[in-house]
Amino acid sequence: MADDTPGRTALLVMGCPKVPVQTSLVLYLAGRMKKAGVRTIIAGTPSARQLIRVADSEGHYIAEMKDLDQVINQLAEQTLTVSESYVYVHNDAGVSYAASIQSLTGAPVTAIIFGEEAGSVSAEITFPCTVIAEPATHNPMPLKKKIDEAAPWDV
Amino acid sequence: MGCLESLPYEVLLARVSFKEAREFLARYPEKYDVEPGYRIFDIRIIGVPPIRIAIDGDAVLFPFTKPCHGTFLVRVQGAAEEIERLRARKK
Repeated sequence: MADDTPGRTALLVMGCPKVPVQTSLVLYLAGRMKKAGVRTIIAGTPSARQLIRVADSEGHYIAEMKDLDQVINQLAEQTLTVSESYVYVHNDAGVSYAASIQSLTGAPVTAIIFGEEAGSVSAEITFPCTVIAEPATHNPMPLKKKIDEAAPWDV
Repeated sequence: MGCLESLPYEVLLARVSFKEAREFLARYPEKYDVEPGYRIFDIRIIGVPPIRIAIDGDAVLFPFTKPCHGTFLVRVQGAAEEIERLRARKK
């Protein structure tokens, strides 16, 4: 059955959790979205979700979390509709996921790119997508600042 | 979603970029472009369009991408049904 929840639904797609800033930035954006009243779904691999679940065990910042493969399936079958997506990217696979999410949803996608290769990874974005990039690995503050400037919760 | 492990697959390229996998398939004369999320063997294909799938005899070759491991180019033999479905899309 199709998910026909009205209003904004933001999908936050996590990549491989091996770069430390990802978990922090996902929690931050999810918290800001939640505070703004935006329905937020976080999708990721089991280990990426566990990092989030342990860090926010009482659900102060997060709401829904789903398995990444399940979300891809639901988007392809059009049983899940989102108004916008934020894909966390630090490698080539992340670019593939961002492109797929853009194609499957037809809705605006923002790639939040981090890690040592942020520059070269950003250059791989050849599809309609807003890019927020910074070569951050341990310190999330430069990217947090850029996310604050974009203020997607206010859009 | 389906699991690659349940298939008789062979890895042709491991942990490559999506672009490298696509370029490798250029050597195969029969190939098709599919959209992200295309289902093959109950697996949803992830990638940057155009996503290329090649046919070689009774085998199908396609990219398989996972967040932590990058892209693998895999070959699955005995894929008559999937090959038929791909060829039917072309018409």
